[in-house]
Amino acid sequence: MRARLIAMAAALGLTFAGAGLAGVAHAAGDAAELPDHDWKHTGVFGTFDRSELQRGFQVFQEVCASCHSLEFIAFRNLAEIGFSEDQIKAFAAEYEVEDGPDNEGEMFMRAARPSDYFPSPFANPQAARASNGGALPPDLSLIVKARDGGIDYLYGILTGYEEEPPEGVELAEGMSYNHYFPGHQIAMPEPLYEEAVEYGDGTEPTLEQLSHDVSVFLAWTAEPEMEIRKKTGLKVLIFIAIFTALIYIIKRRIWARLH
Amino acid sequence: MANTASESDQAAPEGEETRRDFLILAAGAMGTIGAIGVVWPLIETMNPSADVLALSSTEVDISAIEVGQSITVKWRGRPVFIRHRTQEEIDAARAVPLEDLSDAESDEARVQKSEWLILVGVCTHLGCIPLGNKLGDPRGDFGGWFCPCHGSHYDTSGRIRQGPAPDNLAVPEYEFLDDTLVRIG
Amino acid sequence: MTTPLHRYRIVQWIDYRLPIFSWSNEHLVVYPAPRNLNYWWNFGSLAGIMLVIQIVTGVVLAMHFTPHVDYAFSSTEHIMRDVEWGWLMRYLHANGASMFFVVVYIHIFRGFYYGSYKSPREILWWMGVLILFLMMGASFTGYVLPWGQMSFWAATVITNLVSAIPWIGETLVTWLWGGFSVDNPTLNRFYSLHYLLPFLLVGVVFVHLWALHHRKSNNPLGIDIKSPKDTIPFSPYYTVKDMVGLGVMLFVLGIFVFYLPNFLGESINYIKADPLVTPPHIVPEWYFLPYYAILRAVPDKLGGVIAMVASIAILFVLPWLDTCKVRSARFRPIYKQFFWIFLADCVVLGWVGANPPEGSFILIGRICTVYYFAHFLIILPLLGKFERTKPLPESIHQAVLAKKGGATSEPPAETSAAGNP
Repeated sequence: MRARLIAMAAALGLTFAGAGLAGVAHAAGDAAELPDHDWKHTGVFGTFDRSELQRGFQVFQEVCASCHSLEFIAFRNLAEIGFSEDQIKAFAAEYEVEDGPDNEGEMFMRAARPSDYFPSPFANPQAARASNGGALPPDLSLIVKARDGGIDYLYGILTGYEEEPPEGVELAEGMSYNHYFPGHQIAMPEPLYEEAVEYGDGTEPTLEQLSHDVSVFLAWTAEPEMEIRKKTGLKVLIFIAIFTALIYIIKRRIWARLH
Repeated sequence: MANTASESDQAAPEGEETRRDFLILAAGAMGTIGAIGVVWPLIETMNPSADVLALSSTEVDISAIEVGQSITVKWRGRPVFIRHRTQEEIDAARAVPLEDLSDAESDEARVQKSEWLILVGVCTHLGCIPLGNKLGDPRGDFGGWFCPCHGSHYDTSGRIRQGPAPDNLAVPEYEFLDDTLVRIG
Repeated sequence: MTTPLHRYRIVQWIDYRLPIFSWSNEHLVVYPAPRNLNYWWNFGSLAGIMLVIQIVTGVVLAMHFTPHVDYAFSSTEHIMRDVEWGWLMRYLHANGASMFFVVVYIHIFRGFYYGSYKSPREILWWMGVLILFLMMGASFTGYVLPWGQMSFWAATVITNLVSAIPWIGETLVTWLWGGFSVDNPTLNRFYSLHYLLPFLLVGVVFVHLWALHHRKSNNPLGIDIKSPKDTIPFSPYYTVKDMVGLGVMLFVLGIFVFYLPNFLGESINYIKADPLVTPPHIVPEWYFLPYYAILRAVPDKLGGVIAMVASIAILFVLPWLDTCKVRSARFRPIYKQFFWIFLADCVVLGWVGANPPEGSFILIGRICTVYYFAHFLIILPLLGKFERTKPLPESIHQAVLAKKGGATSEPPAETSAAGNP
């Protein structure tokens, strides 16, 4: 029995040793230590707070969307964060998307529909660079998964701007100083500040609140399946645990037949 | 085949046996549930995905279609026929007594505006696309559409009149946004 | 046995024409397995199950994936977002690859410890090494498919290894790419190969099992099966034991799939491939890290590639490098020590592979690489000559009885099953 337990523990150990190696690989970056911020959606049972998501969407729409695309999110997806069908139609109608060709063979613009994806603010990466001093604002749909540190890193970037660079640091033309950005020189000017957005639900739009909400929104755009994934996972793991225990008891009985 | 080590399960006491039977039954039941739980998502992956389901409408400008002409537009990957019917075609469709039809439907029930006939252009037999939209096409014995695959004839209301197809050409959901713009789906 | 094997007429009818039932019975039910196999022997069947999981989820993913540079990344996101249960299929497949390697590595080290590669199981062992090679090909081609930054640069770096071959290297790389860089033709052929390799794997696995069932399983004592008393039927004993292991494995896999789905991945692979920007830290998947460390330990392009390939190819000749006639490390006190040192060496190599090649990592990497080869080329042959092994038990049967005898009272005279020769 003990030997078996040791064997299993060792197997698990090897798994995590492998996992640990990958962890080492992650830690290889040289950015500042990330802020320790509380999120409601992390952890085994964590779910997204719908009002945070909706406020975060508002921040994205009013601030981020002027430079950043959100290519994997369609307006219809907003139903998942608690907007009604009519609200979604209204959001979509605020945007224009290209369609066509029409009967004359011309492309034309029309109001977006729920099935359309968020239009990019720029026609192509070259146009985006040209409007942003040579820097390309990355697409934000996957940004939380695409950066080491994930949502904490994003929150750090949004709250990590410093007006004056530390002494001895020479900022290049058009760059800002950010405590959490690798190398500290970031091309994006400080995007959020107190009262950058006026919230409809009366929440006070402090820099921290705005950053928190939009970070949560972008965590959702990166992992819209998170809630169902964790919920399914709990059921599956409980099932496997019980089933395995049952099989183990049967195994003991069957083997007891042997001398 | 008994060339393996001795077993003594015959010697096991009664209670032991029934307890194991119950355990095996329970494990079997759980295993079955588990297997279904594994297979079900695998089957569901082949359903239409969310983006496919969302792309269900298309808008068509019909102002350029002359009387007597038809056009074909694509909706959900299938052709939709839009025919600007002549008065004779409308009259012909409305003159047919319902008892002559194998899939009885009045023409009035199949159109919103009598001059515009909008149909899913897929033969209800085995899914070919009937001829009759282009000028030189054969339109079958009833002046509507003719399916070249197995010889189904449709009339000027898109109803099946002759041949193996069981049903009339389907009418999609559509809506006139204004006089020249129609949204299908 | 004269009575028909099967009760039902229809089964008899089929079996007479195509003996699938007799065959299954022979190999899955009555197959005589050594009675003393421990849980480390689970990992063979677990690897087989992982292969099945990878094929099933892979077939589903292939239905929704588009192997084109413009669509590979977005169709992967399409799977994650729009396809019903698509996220589950992709996370199972991605983490399943890691699980597959965990299981196979444990299976290999079990073979090292108990001498499973020794006569008469050399061909069985070869098939295993071939399986490892094919797995590496399958996982590499698969990793490229989502066309993220790490996919692209892994493909670039790994295919460039071939350019180290003198004279024809450059031509060969161009041929591999189907162009002058990793691009759409490369992605397309990798997709084709990624779909092909698992089925080749299935074929080699069958040969692996064929050899296994011909010469029968090794066991923790490493001694041969001498009489039927040394064995028990595979079913129910090992089917149920394997299922316990399966449950544990699925639980571990589930933790990763549902709660840490990207823990083993690289965040930059969620950035679409950009042929003009190499990310600052290129790291292979964890299961390639030791080989990567060996590659970098050699300060010569061709030498590094040769060392890396040799680190696995050397396994083909392992049965002749280890000349000790005793299989199991249980009876080889000195080999046992070296086994653990070797395992530690491999883990350290992995750790070095995960870190940038600078400072002390270079030195550690080189020492561990030298030790890796010394283990096979110097230590094992010397041990075969000089190690004094412990006495082997008479038979599996007696060893098991002796062990049980200590715990429970000695059972009455063995009730030998009727029909025993």
